[in-house]
Amino acid sequence: MLEQLPILSLLIWMPVIGGLVIMFGPGDRLLAVSQRVGILLGIITLLLSCWLAWAFATDTAEMQFAETARWIPSLNIRYDLAIDGISLPLIVLTSLIGLLVLISATSAIKKRQSQYFAAVLMMTGLMNGVFAAQDAILFYVFWEAMLIPMFLLIGIWGGPNRIYATVKFFLFTFFGSIFMLVALIYMGREADSFAISKLQQLPLSLTEQKWIFFAFLLAFAVKIPMFPVHTWLPDAHVEAPTGGSVILAAIMLKMGGYGFLRFSLPITPDAVAEYAYWLILFSLIAIVYIGLVALAQKDMKKLIAYSSIAHMGFVTLGTFIIVYLTASQAQSMALQGAMVQMISHGLVSGALFFSIGVLYDRMHSREIADYGGVVNSMPIFASLLMLFILANAGLPGTSGFVGEFFVIIASFQADWRISMVAALTLILAAAYSLWVYKRVIFGKPVNETVARLEDVTKRERLVLFTLAILIIALGVYPQPLIEIMQPSLEKIIESATLTKIGGLE
Amino acid sequence: MSVDLMPMLPELFLLTATCILLIVDVFAKDFDRLQTYRLAQLSLLITGVIVIAQFPDLQYHLYQRHFILDPMAATVKVSVIALTMIAMMFARPYILQRPILRGEYFILHLFAVIGMMVLAGGGSLLTLYLGLELLSLSLYALVAMHRHSTLSSEAAVKYFVMGAIASGFLLYGMSMVYGVTGKIHITDIAQYLETAEASLTLRFGLVFMVVAMAFKFGAVPFQMWVPDVYHGAPTSVTAFIASAPKIAAFALVIRILGYGFEKVLIDWQGMLIIMATLSIVIGNLVALAQDNIKRLLAYSAIAHVGYFLLGIIAGNGVGYSAAFFYIITYAIMSLGGFGCLIYLAKGKQEVSLISDLKGLGQRNPWGGLLISFLFLSMAGLPPFVGFWAKLEVIRAVLEANLVWLAILAAAMSIVGLFYYLKVVKVIFFDPPEAETKVKAERGLRLALGITGVTVVALGLFPAQLLEVCRQAFQYL
Repeated sequence: MLEQLPILSLLIWMPVIGGLVIMFGPGDRLLAVSQRVGILLGIITLLLSCWLAWAFATDTAEMQFAETARWIPSLNIRYDLAIDGISLPLIVLTSLIGLLVLISATSAIKKRQSQYFAAVLMMTGLMNGVFAAQDAILFYVFWEAMLIPMFLLIGIWGGPNRIYATVKFFLFTFFGSIFMLVALIYMGREADSFAISKLQQLPLSLTEQKWIFFAFLLAFAVKIPMFPVHTWLPDAHVEAPTGGSVILAAIMLKMGGYGFLRFSLPITPDAVAEYAYWLILFSLIAIVYIGLVALAQKDMKKLIAYSSIAHMGFVTLGTFIIVYLTASQAQSMALQGAMVQMISHGLVSGALFFSIGVLYDRMHSREIADYGGVVNSMPIFASLLMLFILANAGLPGTSGFVGEFFVIIASFQADWRISMVAALTLILAAAYSLWVYKRVIFGKPVNETVARLEDVTKRERLVLFTLAILIIALGVYPQPLIEIMQPSLEKIIESATLTKIGGLE
Repeated sequence: MSVDLMPMLPELFLLTATCILLIVDVFAKDFDRLQTYRLAQLSLLITGVIVIAQFPDLQYHLYQRHFILDPMAATVKVSVIALTMIAMMFARPYILQRPILRGEYFILHLFAVIGMMVLAGGGSLLTLYLGLELLSLSLYALVAMHRHSTLSSEAAVKYFVMGAIASGFLLYGMSMVYGVTGKIHITDIAQYLETAEASLTLRFGLVFMVVAMAFKFGAVPFQMWVPDVYHGAPTSVTAFIASAPKIAAFALVIRILGYGFEKVLIDWQGMLIIMATLSIVIGNLVALAQDNIKRLLAYSAIAHVGYFLLGIIAGNGVGYSAAFFYIITYAIMSLGGFGCLIYLAKGKQEVSLISDLKGLGQRNPWGGLLISFLFLSMAGLPPFVGFWAKLEVIRAVLEANLVWLAILAAAMSIVGLFYYLKVVKVIFFDPPEAETKVKAERGLRLALGITGVTVVALGLFPAQLLEVCRQAFQYL
């Protein structure tokens, strides 16, 4: 029965329309109804995406669950949705995180909760759209439209400096993506179609590729974010409400990585080869320098934000190192590493931001110095946080290890110096993660309030345990995830290593 | 010789109706001019229905070729009529509370519409000029309506003087063209240019006409009057000036440059490129510094004219239809934008500063949301219609191989986003200063709702309108 449903459309429009209905239907007056409807929608979305994963054929790189319809015939823009092994895990992750954010919001958000629900639901739908769109303009529409609910999320429910942060966030990301639009239109004209698969086959001269590559780079590097265009992220993270931070870190950053895999590598392979050196360099700077910056933070959210940038450095490293690899096995290992790192970071950073949210809801402070000895009053929380912190540091057995390990191994085959520098993260991440854990959790309770903290509630436990189980599962047995991605990644490697100059004609 | 008047029925009907209305208004007893207002709306509605009923599928040159009936003219007419009707819906509650409540207010709108319809269907320099003058004179009078306000009078004088100079330029240019070619019809001029070289005098004539059109549009460097007039005129008049006449002026540009002087594209393309670039840059940058919202919208209008010119620059059907789409959607957004200000005005007090919008999102979520939609749409953000407009013109510029211009346009839209966001930020994030709920009468809410919903609906399903715009230029 489910096969006949336009399941991807449902994954996108059900939450979006549901969000609108909640906002203008029951709203805050009937908050209980809004909450139930919202969580129900979240659960249905998650179930649908799980069904998607179950029915997904893992032995092919073909696009699956395709939906296609005319949208704007005069411009050849189509409403094309489909997923492959790269989109699928990200869609499941999005649906999961969306639901968890909704669950945690029921107690954490005090003002205008129904509108918060609406914003989160709309974000979930639109982000699913980004990962499912197979038409470049459709992709762009989702990519930009998503900014509006995020803008409101930070601006309405954020911290004291929220307005600065949200405007900066909006302008930075818009700045990145507007040039991508120009590039897409340019290619759409050449290819007479905006289908991503057509753009991937479009022959382009090296000069064209360079321009297009930079347009894409701006969009995706800002989003992921790469050093040196990362400065919006700490601000946005610190000021965003817990749910906003979680969505930002867990999903929105992944769009940059997704963009590199879906657009940059296949569409501009020669330009990527030309500039991979610099990208790898910036990735390494992100890993090491930002890791050091994280060490110096006094604010927990900022620390996790910087650690996110450092972890995303592994994604870009894994993505662009393939240019310097010759063995196809190493290439696919690098991309697998990048993908696993994305999913894993989605879970781990999400869990960390949820944990900080747990503390913040009780203490209304994110300063590390305000805490100490939390373990005495919150033992369950402390042990869960331990797991997340270790996963963040890349401990074997957690999901954080798998991706980094793959990327380091693969980059070793390109140049041992790269992997040496990248491996520094194992020390740095352990240092800043464990140090913050020590300062917050251990020691004597610094004051009365800390001593009287209540341990995690049932709701919080549900959220944190779900993530903990997934982090361990992915760390111990990543094989299913890799199997899903493998054919699609191989296809990307194939198109990324072929030159396009002269091309088909 | 019998003349078939049917093709001109909409214009004739509206003219007759307006003249009757003038007389009816004199004898009208009701203080609030409800009767005049309703009759004016009714005449516009009927005219619109006639235009749609007669929607041509081909291009007809009628009445000694002074009058063109083609899909473009009909589309311009329909959109002008629709926008004027909404503008009048906005205007009525506004003028009710001010000393500009007169029957003439609506009748001048009708005359302006007749002017725009003549302009849209103008087949010769003469009809184009007549249409433009009828439109402009009505607008001068409308701006001056609020005669006790110094700001308004100043705006009116500025508008009149500037407009008169521009008309003079246009007429001068036209006379030069006529002097060289001996032709008054657009098609004849085009034919003349097919065979003969364009002489220097002819080119001079062209330059004068382009300058005049730039004046009317308010493109840099002929933009000085725009902020003052937009600011000084009663808000309801500004809303009207900033919407429907832009579409009519587009028709003027297309008829002269697109149909008449297409052969000498090289001669006018460069001028337009310079004007478009300057308009986009200066309009956006100066708008950044505004704290008066009417001036902000005025400078943003200058920037939008720059974007719109990008479509004309391409000099082909694709570009013109992009520009057409842009100007129609911009007119809707701009009407909505000024309509918001009317909506927010409390009694006699006007909304002038951006900070007056503080906390609107909490005081009135629907209103705040609609206004934000309009502003984000002007910023060119999907899923609103402004995005498609921007996409279309960028595509047109790329089509003309002006990649740098496309990149500049894209880059400046970031600046644009900043000041639009500034307004949205004030609406949603700043706490309200007073707890007053915004109350507006039904017609106003309806009008604002129409523009807001149109912006979203066209943003999700732009295909139809794009197709209409494309159809309009199939004979070029």
